[in-house]
Parts: sequence; C-alpha cells; structure tokens
Amino acid sequence: MLAFAVRRIAISIPVLLVAAFVVFALGTFAGNPLDPLLAKNPPAPPNVIAAETVRLHLDQPLIPRFFSWLGGLLLHGDFGPSVVSTQDIGAELGSRLLVTLRLIALAMVIALVLAVLVGVITAVKQYSITDYSATFLGFLFIAMPSFWLAILLKQAGIDFNVTVGDQVLYTIGASSVPPPPDTWDRIVDILGHMVLPTISLALISYASWSRFQRASMLEVLNSDYIRLARSKGLPRRTVLVRHGLRTALIPLTTVTALDLAAIIGGAVVTERVFQWKGMGDFLLTSIQTDDVYATSSWLLLSAVFVILFNLAADLLYAVLDPRIRYA
Amino acid sequence: MPETPTTLATTPAGADAQDREFTVEQRSQFQLVLRRFLQHRLAMVSLVVLVLVVLLAYVGGWLWKYEAGQITPDNSQPPSFDHPFGTDAVGKDQFAQVLRGTRISLQISVMVALLSTFVGTLWGAVAGYFGGVVDSAMMRFSDLVLTLPLIAVAAMLAHLFGGSWYLIAMVIAGLTWAYVSRVARSVVLSLREKEFVEAARALGATDTRIILRHLVPNSLGSIIVNATLLVATAILTETALSYLGFGVQNPDTSLGLLVSEAQTALTTRPWLFYFPGLFIILIALTINFIGDGLRDALDPQQRKVRQ
Repeated sequence: MLAFAVRRIAISIPVLLVAAFVVFALGTFAGNPLDPLLAKNPPAPPNVIAAETVRLHLDQPLIPRFFSWLGGLLLHGDFGPSVVSTQDIGAELGSRLLVTLRLIALAMVIALVLAVLVGVITAVKQYSITDYSATFLGFLFIAMPSFWLAILLKQAGIDFNVTVGDQVLYTIGASSVPPPPDTWDRIVDILGHMVLPTISLALISYASWSRFQRASMLEVLNSDYIRLARSKGLPRRTVLVRHGLRTALIPLTTVTALDLAAIIGGAVVTERVFQWKGMGDFLLTSIQTDDVYATSSWLLLSAVFVILFNLAADLLYAVLDPRIRYA
Repeated sequence: MPETPTTLATTPAGADAQDREFTVEQRSQFQLVLRRFLQHRLAMVSLVVLVLVVLLAYVGGWLWKYEAGQITPDNSQPPSFDHPFGTDAVGKDQFAQVLRGTRISLQISVMVALLSTFVGTLWGAVAGYFGGVVDSAMMRFSDLVLTLPLIAVAAMLAHLFGGSWYLIAMVIAGLTWAYVSRVARSVVLSLREKEFVEAARALGATDTRIILRHLVPNSLGSIIVNATLLVATAILTETALSYLGFGVQNPDTSLGLLVSEAQTALTTRPWLFYFPGLFIILIALTINFIGDGLRDALDPQQRKVRQ
C-alpha cells in the first residue's frame, strides 16, 4: 500500500510539470497582451511598448520565459506580471479561489449525496415508476444546458422574493456589498447567496453520477455474495447497506475525480449567471484582456486541483478496494 | 458494420438444415444489431423525433414564410398562429431564428463528433496497438487534455480564432478527441491479443494495415456509440460558449446565442428564452436516448439474440 502510494505520488510530479508547460504555452499562444496597447488611438509611443514588452517578458523565447515563470512561482509564489500593472495575479486568484471553492465543494457534496440516494433507490426498485421517473429526470438534467437551468432558477428566486415581499433568496453576487458587520450575519449572508448557484450546479452534476451509481449498484445486487448474504437470513437493510452499497460506492470515487474538470467548467458558467466575482469571472476577464499570465495561472491552478483530486481518488480507491490494497 | 465472424446465429458451415430439429435463419451481425435497435422503443421514438427536428430545421426553414433575421412589422409579439414562437424587440420571427440556430448548432456538433472521432480513434488505436512507451506517452497527453476544463480552454481558443461556426467546431473537437481516444484504446487493447490480429500479422500485414483494416473496423461499435453521445456534449458546449460570449457571433446565430440574447428579456418576452432552450434539450435528450439504444443494440453480451 505504501509502495503504491509513493509510486502514484511520484508519477504525479512530472505530470504536473508537463501540465504547467502545456498550460503556459496555451495561455501564451491564445493572446498577445500588447494588442490593446497597439490598438490605441493615438498610437502608444514606441518606448512605452518597448517597456511593456520587457515588463511582460515578451522579449524572451517561450522556453526561458516558461522557466522564469515557473521559477518565480515555485520560489517566490509570483504568478507573473499582469497586463494591469497594479494587479497581483496571485492575490487576486487567492481571494477568488475561496469564493469559487465553497460553491464547488458544497455543490459536489450535495450532488454526491443525491446521486447515491437516487442511484440506490432506482437500483433497488428497478423498472418501477420511481425508477422510470428518476431516470427520465436524470436524462433531462444531462441534456439541459447549465446556464439555462441557472437562469430559470434565478428568475424563480426573483419571483419568490417578490411573492414573499422580502429579499429571502439572493440572485446577484457571492455576498452583500458592503458585508454585514457581525460575523454571524456575514456567514448567514454568504450562505444565502450560495443557495441558488449551488442548487443549479449540483443538479447539473448529480444526474450522470446517479446513472452510474445505479448501474454499479445493480451489478453488485445481482452478484452471488449478495444472494448468499440474503439466503443466510441477514436483514434486507444490512445486506443493502453493509454488503451492497459499500462495494457499489467504490467506482464512484474515480468517476467523481474525473468529472472535477467538468464541474469547474460548470462553475464558470454558473458564476456568470449569478454575477459572482469568482474564478470564472477572473478567467473570462483575463481571456478578454489578453492577460496571458493570468489565464495560464488560472489553468495551472485548476489543473493542479484536478490532478491532486485524482491522486486522492486513486489512493482512496486503493484503501477501499481490497484487491488493490493487497496486490 | 464490421464483418466479424459470428457463431450466434449462422448455421455451421456444412451442416444440413434438414438434419436439425428446427431451422435457424442466418442473420448477419448487422441484422442482429438493427433488430435489437428497432426493438428499443425509447431509442426509436427519439430517432423519429430527431429526424423530425432536423427536417424542420432544414426543409421547414426553407418553406417558412419568414426568413431568419428578416424584420417584420410585429415586434415583441407573444406566440401566435402567425409567429408560433413569437417575435423579438425588433420584430424578428423567433421560429425562423430558432430553425436557423438549430441548423448552425447541429452543423457544429456533427462536425465536432466526426472530427474528434476520427482523430481520437486513430490516436487511441495507435497507442493501444503499439503499447509500451508509445502508449504511455500518447495516453498521458490525452489525460492532460482531459485535466483541463473544456469550457475554459475552448473559450481561450475561440477568443483567438474568432466566431465562425466551423472554427468553433474545430476548437471543441480539438479538446473532445481525448475522450474518444480513451474509449478506442481500451477496445483496441482487448482486440490486439485476438487470433485474427495474429493471423494478419503472420500473413505479413503491416502495422498500418492491421490498425486500419482490422482493429478500427472491429472497434466501430463502441466508437459509434461514443460519437453519438459526443454530438450531445458538443451541442451543450457550443451553447455554453455562445452564452459566455466566445461562441458563434452575430450576425450568425446558434441556439446558445439565442438563449443568451434572450436572458435579459426573460420577464418581458419569455418565449424568446424558452423555445431555443427547449430545442437544445430536445436535441441533446433524443441523441442521448439514441446513443443508449445503440449501446444496448451493439452490446455482444445482449441475451436477446433472436426474437
């Protein structure tokens, strides 16, 4: 087990390095940060352009530029110069990461709980009305554009507020501006702003997982050892939860980890709908302003999260699945 | 369909039908798959609905009295007999707009499916066939592509290349091929050890010939299923990109662009928002059901062999 963990962690390091290079090359390739300056009318003086070129390291070829970026990042925590000379990419990413992370984490937890519940119930009651309706709903959410659902929920929230005559559900922003002075009020305020975005992101994500959980649960329930457990006279509940669910949950860890990238993408869209100043907004602004170091840093951060999450899922899988643990 | 030797339904060579207790009609693999698909009710209904949507978009758009983008005197009309999907603030007929958006969205997603299936299949087949270092290097690259959020990278690339529909399609396909390559590789890995590949190699077939004439045709089943599902993924990605402002640009239109233009008018002209959205859902839903039906039909472990 320890050898497996060490080997698995060792593999992740070169993967992370290559990911950093690909992400940097992508960001550099996708835009010229001097474009806004060059398009200025009247034209910017040549010495300003030359100074910007040096400040953004555009005078260096790609490979040395990459290594100085990576070196600065690893040694000083410096994410590189932004086109907005006063903006510190690292500080900006840090504050926005907290905003987005709480959305993604809560949505994933809700989606997982929902997926396991729906998956188990539809598997146990296969071909019943419950199964068919849950299956249909699942397919509907899989086929629904995430922003369409989010806009509908936002509108429903606004209508609800109008009916109640009070601001119960917040539909704009990640927290009130200015924030309430009291710490407790601030937490309630943040939670209130999270309700609708979290629901929409969770609904989009749970659907395919519940289909997967159903298939995996069905496979387990049809296996011989479940029949044995039942014929021994164990209570139905014990068989389902202790023997069935415990085994059927294992494959879901891998699928969840693989889907993290898609959820980050979904969060970008959801944040746009609810006008959160999170990671998604940062990415879209950076792309539009050709802020190449900002886009590269954003992609690197999300790649690091996905790779670490997959690493954790692999290790967890090894802990959960005795066939790997003892191999 | 690949012509795989099947022992399920063909009469053994040389066996005289008279000697058997019951005669067995010979059916090719293709006929078996087709029969199973035809019996899949949900998939068949979905196929009919999808064909109707496609016909509506291409033939209906041509026959309809208003052209897409044409400004009519009726502005901000709710759905009526004259304008089934209503009109927008300047009087454009939303039905004609949705039909044009459907055409563009379908073109993008079919092109994504074709391109990424072609590239992904070759990539996965080569990796799976050669194995070893080639396999590791190629598949690590696929994994890397899968690590990055599709929407984010697509938005970056679309910002670089601009908003014509075929460029958007190429950008999305440039990222989704990695999914296909994983599927193709896993199928090829199991096929590689089969006797027919060994036989081909013994006959002196080159690697290229084995990959293109033996491995790829035999893995077509799972690849076709995947290509179908990719159409649904592509249509959702395209709409999300257009919503974020990196997809198809005016004066072109797509279903995603129509929805995003309508979101500010959700309270005043809700029909502008609902109809393109419903078309997206209808297309993605039917394609997913068809893909599901195809998967069941192509599954060699299906027990319903003859019915």
